Amino acid sequence: MDITPGGSSGGDVASLLGVGPGRRADQLFYSVALVAGLFVLAILGLIAASTTHEAWPAFRSQGLSFVTSSTWIPAEGKFGALAFIYGTVLSSLLALLLAVPVSLGIALYANEAAPSRIRRPIIYVLDLLAAIPSVVYGLWGVIVLAPFLGPNVYSPINDAVGGWPVIGWFLNGSSGRSFMTAGIILAIMITPIVTSLSREVIATVPRAQREAAYAMGATRWEMIRLAVLPWGRGGIVGAIMLGLGRAMGETIAVALVIGSQAGQVTTHLFEAGDSMAAVIVNQFGEASGNHRAALVGLGVVLFVVTIIVNVSARSIVARFDRRAQGV
Amino acid sequence: MSDLFVSTESGELLLRDTTKRSRRIRNRLALIWMVGSVLVAVVPLALVIGYVVIKGVGQLTPDWFTKDLPAVTRRAGGGMGPAIVGTLLITAVAAAMAVPLGVLGAIYLHEYGGRGRLGRLIRFMADVMTGVPSIVMGLFVYTVWTIAHGLSAFGGALALACLMLPIIIRTTEEMLRLVPDELRQASYALGNRKWRTIVTVVLPAAFGGITSGVMLAIARAAGETAPLVFTIGAARNLNLSIFNGPTTALSVQIFGNAQTPFEAAQARAWGAALTLVALVFILTILARVVAARVARRHNA
Repeated sequence: MDITPGGSSGGDVASLLGVGPGRRADQLFYSVALVAGLFVLAILGLIAASTTHEAWPAFRSQGLSFVTSSTWIPAEGKFGALAFIYGTVLSSLLALLLAVPVSLGIALYANEAAPSRIRRPIIYVLDLLAAIPSVVYGLWGVIVLAPFLGPNVYSPINDAVGGWPVIGWFLNGSSGRSFMTAGIILAIMITPIVTSLSREVIATVPRAQREAAYAMGATRWEMIRLAVLPWGRGGIVGAIMLGLGRAMGETIAVALVIGSQAGQVTTHLFEAGDSMAAVIVNQFGEASGNHRAALVGLGVVLFVVTIIVNVSARSIVARFDRRAQGV
Repeated sequence: MSDLFVSTESGELLLRDTTKRSRRIRNRLALIWMVGSVLVAVVPLALVIGYVVIKGVGQLTPDWFTKDLPAVTRRAGGGMGPAIVGTLLITAVAAAMAVPLGVLGAIYLHEYGGRGRLGRLIRFMADVMTGVPSIVMGLFVYTVWTIAHGLSAFGGALALACLMLPIIIRTTEEMLRLVPDELRQASYALGNRKWRTIVTVVLPAAFGGITSGVMLAIARAAGETAPLVFTIGAARNLNLSIFNGPTTALSVQIFGNAQTPFEAAQARAWGAALTLVALVFILTILARVVAARVARRHNA
């Protein structure tokens, strides 16, 4: 009886599982553990099935316009989520733009350049950043950051360059609660995860590879560019994508600072907008019927998008892991 | 020779005399970028914690912990008792569901089917599940539980348990991996069956690491807001029942009060934020202490 296919430990003993006194207890324990493991698959399946079912009335009545229209008027039964999808993507990309250089800088510093006695404090800082609940970032964002940025940063920038071609398309508007503020708050929130995953990747660069670069006379930066970054590229891309997934799903902080301006599809980064997750949490309380179904439908879209991002990211990381172990 | 080479702490050798000036400058710029990044990360941390402590500490009177929420949010007075109890209760129930399930799932992955096709699929999906947005978990529990059974602490706990499960599975599996195979073999040699080996030898050996991972998962869940908004409702009074009636939580109170323009409500949000951050930090630091102790024993 083979009930432990390729059990990672225990070796030959595992093949004795099915014989002798007490085998019932062994099989029971195995079954319980297996069922616990299967819960993961069951929950993911149930999420997809139950939310899609709940959102079905909205999907059926809106058809494809649910994701291609940006007209969202619950009172008239019009539910086009394009503006919210746009807001989610825009705020998350802004977050990446801000967070990736910082995260990579921290990861490289902590692993390659920092004196050993300040490595630990750097990691503590990241741990604490990661530990602060998102609603607390949202609270700080809406009461402190947004009122500061609007008049003191966005407004002067808008006055200075808002009329210029190209740059002005983006650096326009002066709302404290805006795409940009949401991007900044999201950037703070995803920096710890992007940094720690990048650090793990960087730590797997073989010592010989670094030393080879140094032996060629490379400076530290040249060593990083020649030995560390090319080796870690796949894993770092994976880390960035996981950060993207995190940013897209983040709800509460974004709901507080993005301004909740439905239907805004604009390149103006300093104007209020809305994101999928923010709309769900802001409108759910007063919604009923088709409106509520449409909000659950937004959740389905969000679920599908984050699953795609996460599966691709994990595949990239897994491929990288295999290569790292193969050497 | 020793004049020519400069050895740095990381063992890096610089041929200083023959390194061109532009390369040295580029190296210096890269260092400035890296150090600057660390400083950029410290600033928001210091600002957020500073604001939370300074604006929140005034709220923490004895009434804060014992009294019910005020009937009118824009007025001062009342306390945060129901939310503090709610957060602790919901998180505890969630942990009671997710921890056994997660540890057993990890046991399946590492001790049984980990290298088979199913094991690999479960591991991969657990990783993917950590990326499912918390608001989706909230909607999920809303559709499968809240619609039928109404708002309650249990609904919130279900959603938090779904968030904790994959984290616990993955961290526990890492800890099981650290348990040396010799321990398992010694146990088998004494005639123990596999389940006994796992329960009496493997789990105790990995206990510290598992505890640390579990506490980190609990800390993350305790701060979650989005999954609770649809599932627990908004009670003003203490509700100790898990299944009956709406309750409230610190995170939900922060969210609700932050959206109002009233000073008293915002002050209450800061107070709740300080309480929540303190709770989460205590759990996180405890987890780090336990993890450090485990690492030390592992190295020794």
